[in-house]
Amino acid sequence: MQWFLLFPDLLPEVLLLCCALVVTLADLWVKHPRRAPTYWLTQLSLLLVAGAHWYLFDAGQAVYTMGGMVVSDPLGHLLGFFASIAVMITLVYARGYAADHDILKGELFSLSLFSLLGIFIMLSANNFLVTYLGLELMSLSLYALTALRRDQANATEAAMKYFVLGALASGFLLYGLSMMFGATGSLAIPEVFAAISSGRVNHAVLVFGVVFVVAGLAFKLGAVPFHMWVPDVYQGSPTGVTLLLAGAPKLAAFALTFRLLVEGMSGLAADWQQMLVLLAVASMAIGNLAAIAQTNLKRMLAYSTIAQIGFMLLGFTPTVVQSATTSAANGYSSAMFYLVSYVLTTLGTFGMVMLLSRQGFESDNLSDLKGLARRSPWYAAVMAIFMFSLAGIPPTVGFYGKLAVLQALVSTGDGFYIGLSVVAVVLSLIGAFYYLRVVKLMYFDEPAADPHPIAGGGDVRLVLSLNGLAVLVFGILPGGLMALCSQAVIKALSS
Amino acid sequence: MPLLSLAIWLPIFSGLLLLALGRADQARLVRWLALLAALASFAVTLPLMAGFDNATAAMQFQENLSWIESLHVRYHLGVDGISVWFVLLTAFITVIVVIAGWEVITERVNQYMGAFLILSGIMIGVFCALDGMLFYVFFEATLIPMYIIIGVWGGPRRVYAAFKFFLYTLAGSLLMLVALIFLYFKSGGSFDILTWHKLPLAGEAQSLLFFAFLLAFAVKVPMWPVHTWLPDAHVEAPTGGSVVLAAIMLKLGAYGFLRFSMPIAPDASREYAWFIIALSLIAVVYIGLVALVQQDMKKLVAYSSIAHMGFVTLGFFTFNELSMSGALVQMISHGFVSGAMFLCIGVLYDRLHSREIATYGGVVNTMPTFAAFAVFFAMANCGLPGTAGFVGEWMVILGAVQYNFLIGALASTTLVFGAAYTLWMVKRVYFGPITNPDVKELTDINGREKLMLGVLAAAVLAMGLYPKPFTDTMHVSVNELLKHISVSKLPAPAAAR
Repeated sequence: MQWFLLFPDLLPEVLLLCCALVVTLADLWVKHPRRAPTYWLTQLSLLLVAGAHWYLFDAGQAVYTMGGMVVSDPLGHLLGFFASIAVMITLVYARGYAADHDILKGELFSLSLFSLLGIFIMLSANNFLVTYLGLELMSLSLYALTALRRDQANATEAAMKYFVLGALASGFLLYGLSMMFGATGSLAIPEVFAAISSGRVNHAVLVFGVVFVVAGLAFKLGAVPFHMWVPDVYQGSPTGVTLLLAGAPKLAAFALTFRLLVEGMSGLAADWQQMLVLLAVASMAIGNLAAIAQTNLKRMLAYSTIAQIGFMLLGFTPTVVQSATTSAANGYSSAMFYLVSYVLTTLGTFGMVMLLSRQGFESDNLSDLKGLARRSPWYAAVMAIFMFSLAGIPPTVGFYGKLAVLQALVSTGDGFYIGLSVVAVVLSLIGAFYYLRVVKLMYFDEPAADPHPIAGGGDVRLVLSLNGLAVLVFGILPGGLMALCSQAVIKALSS
Repeated sequence: MPLLSLAIWLPIFSGLLLLALGRADQARLVRWLALLAALASFAVTLPLMAGFDNATAAMQFQENLSWIESLHVRYHLGVDGISVWFVLLTAFITVIVVIAGWEVITERVNQYMGAFLILSGIMIGVFCALDGMLFYVFFEATLIPMYIIIGVWGGPRRVYAAFKFFLYTLAGSLLMLVALIFLYFKSGGSFDILTWHKLPLAGEAQSLLFFAFLLAFAVKVPMWPVHTWLPDAHVEAPTGGSVVLAAIMLKLGAYGFLRFSMPIAPDASREYAWFIIALSLIAVVYIGLVALVQQDMKKLVAYSSIAHMGFVTLGFFTFNELSMSGALVQMISHGFVSGAMFLCIGVLYDRLHSREIATYGGVVNTMPTFAAFAVFFAMANCGLPGTAGFVGEWMVILGAVQYNFLIGALASTTLVFGAAYTLWMVKRVYFGPITNPDVKELTDINGREKLMLGVLAAAVLAMGLYPKPFTDTMHVSVNELLKHISVSKLPAPAAAR
C-alpha cells in the first residue's frame, strides 16, 4: 500500500484505476445472471473515490504534482465528487434496464469506470497533453459503451456517428492546442497563460488556435452548430448509456472549458467570449425550437440538453468585461452551479425513461407518458418536478441555475449583457412550452388502453424519489450548493 | 410566534400531506381533512388582524432570516396596511373553495384539495414577501398548481387554456426577473424590497424597470391588451379554480404595482401614469361592452373581472388617497363578489352542465333561495349602494374626478355598463318563462351551498355597510406610499419635489 502515498493528491485517480482493473478482472469469474458482485463492487469503488474526492476537496489546497503535469485543486475535486455520484446514480438506474435489454455485461461496469477515470484526468490536468489523454480515455470508453448493443441498428449507427464526429472534434481540439504550443512554446497550462499575458506572442496565431479549441469544445459540449450528433446519439444509445453520456461527461466538459479557456487563455478572453456568446444564443434558439417538434422523449431531451448547455455557456461570457475580471468568479461559478443542477435533473429524467421502459422495449415516445398521473401519481409528480426544474420554474433547483447565470450577466452593468439576459429569458420561455407538454401528457391525458406496469426494483424507486426530492430541496435551499461552487471556482482562479 | 410563516407553510404542508397520503377511495376523509386544514390556516391569519397596529406604516410581524447566503437573498416577511387584508382574504377564500368542491369533485380528490391548499400558501407568500427574490419565487410558484388545476379538472378546452395561462404569465414575469436582478446589482447586492424603495435611480433606469414590472403585472391583473388568457382560463377552470383566479390571483398583479412599480420607480410612475390610465379606461369601457355580448356566463363574469380590475389600476395611478384606498377596497370586494358570482355559476353548472345563458331562464321558479343569493351578488357586482361593490367604485370615481373630470366621467360609465351586462344576464337566467324542460327539474341549493353563499353574502354586506375597518387599516400605509411616490428619486439635485 506504500505506493498509494507516492501521489497522495492523486488518491482518487489511483484508487479508481485500481478499482477499475479489479472490477474488470473480477467480472471474469462472476456467474451471477444479474452480475450482482460486479455491480456492488463497482458501486463500492465509486463510493470510495467519491469519498476520496470529498476528503481532498475539504482539505482545500491546490497542489501541483507529477512535475506540474496535474493539479489537485478544490474545483477538480468538487467536480470529481459530483461526477462519481452521477455515475453511481446512473448505474443504479441502468442496472435493471440493462438486464432487460441484454447489455448487463461486465463491460458496462468496467467501461463506466474507465470513462470516469478519463473524466478525473481531465479534471486534474494542468497540461494540454494530459487533458487530451483524459478526454480520449473518456471518449473511447463512451464510444464502446454506445455500441454495447451491437445487434441493434440504431445503436450501432449512433456509436458510429458518435465515434466519427467525436474523433473529428478531438482532431480540432488537438490542432488548436498544437497552434497554442507553436505560439507559446509550452504545453503546460500556467506557462501558456504566462506567455499569452506577456503580450509578446503573435496574436493572429493565438486567435487561430482559439477558434479550433473552441470548436472542439463546442463539439464535446454539443453546442450549435456542432450539435448534430447529440440527438442521434441520445436517441440511438441504450438509455442507460445515454445517461452515462449526458451526466458526468458534461461536468468534465465544463472542467475542460474552464482549464483550457480560463486557466490557459484568459488573455484571449475577448476573443473566445464572442464565440461563446454566438454558440450560446444559437444553442438556446435551435435547441429550444427543435425540441418542440420532437415526438421521441429522448430526442426531445437531447435538444433540451443543447439549449441548456447554451444557457450554461452564457455564464462564461460576462467574466472579463473591458479587461476587468471583477465578475469572473461570479460568472464561472454560476455556470458551474447551472451545470451541476442540470446534471442532477437530467439524471432523474433519464432515470424515469428507464423506469418506464419494459422488457426488451424502449418506452421513449412522448405518448408513453400519457396518463402517468393516474397510473402512478408519485412518479408523475417526481417527473413533473424534473420538468419544472428544466424549465426553470421555482421552487426547483433549475430556477436558481438560471438565476445565477442571469445575475452574472446583469451584474456587469453593461448594456450588451443585459440585452443578452433578455434574449436568454425569452428563449427559455420558448423552452418552457415543451417541458409543460410533458406535464400535460402525464396529468391531463388519459392513459393508453393497456398500460404496462411500471418496472424497476426498490432501489431504483428509492433513488429516483430521492433524486426528485433533491431537485426540490436544493430548489428551496440552494445556498449550500451555490457556496460550494463559488468556493471552488474562487480557489481555482486565485491559484 | 412567526405568524406569517405559519400562514404560509401550514396550508402548504397540509396540502403536501394530502397529496402524499391521500387515497382515491378515502375521498370523504380527504375532504374533511382538507376542510380542517383550510380552517386552521384561516384561523392562524386572524391574530394578524387582531394584533395589527393601524397607526404605523412600517412593516409588521416581520421575520428576517438569511436564506441564500451567496446571493444575499433573505427570507424576509412582513405585512403593512396594504397587504394584510389579502392574507386574510386568501385564507378565507380557500375555505370557501374547499367547501365548493365538496361533492362536485369526485376524481383525485386528494390532488384537488392538495393543490388548492398549496396554492393558498404560495399566494399568501406573495403578499408577505419583502425580499424581491422570495416574492418572485412565490409569484412564479403559483403557476404550477394553477396549471394542474385548470388542466386536470377543467372543461373541454382545458389544455389550451392551461398552456395559455402558464406561458402568458411566465412571459411577463421573466422580464421582471431581469428587472429584479438589475435592482440587485444597482443596490449593491441586496434583494430587500424596502432597500429598493429608498434607492435613487436615474430616469432611464426607472423607465426600463417600470415597463419590465408593468409587463409582468399587467399580464397578471390582467390589463387590456394582454388580458386574453383570462376568459379562456376562467371558462375552462373548475369552479374552485375560477374563484381563486378571480378572487386572489388577479390581485397579485395589482398588488405588485403598489409594492414594486410605484415605490421603486416613482418618477416613471408619474410620467407614464397617463398610459396606465388610458389602458384602464379602455378596460373599463371597451371590456364592459365586450362583456355585454357574451353568451357564456363564465366568460361574462371573466370580462367583468377585467373591467373591475381596470378600475383598480385606474385608482392606483390617479395618485390620491381616496382613489388608492378605493382601489384597495375594490380589490377586496371584488374578491368576495367575483368569487361568489363564479360559485353561483358553478351551482348551475353542477346541475345542468351548461354555462350558456340561453340554456337557462326562469330559474327563480325552481330555485328561489339560490336566485335570491344570485341576484344579491349580481347587485353587488354592479355596485349597488350597501354592498361591498359600491364602496370601492364610489371612492375611485371620486378620486378620479379630483384628478381629472373627464377621466372620472369615463370611469363612471362602469356603473352603467356593469349594471347592463350583469342585470341583463340575471334577467335572462333567473327570470322570465321557463323555456328549457331541464330547468323545471332543478332542485334548490342544499345546506352546503347555502353555507358558502351565505358566508360570502354576509361578508359582502358587512363590507358594504361598514367599510371602516378596511379603510382604517389601509389609511396610514396608503398615505405613506403616496408621500413616497411624490418625492423624486432622480439623482439630479434639481429634481422637482
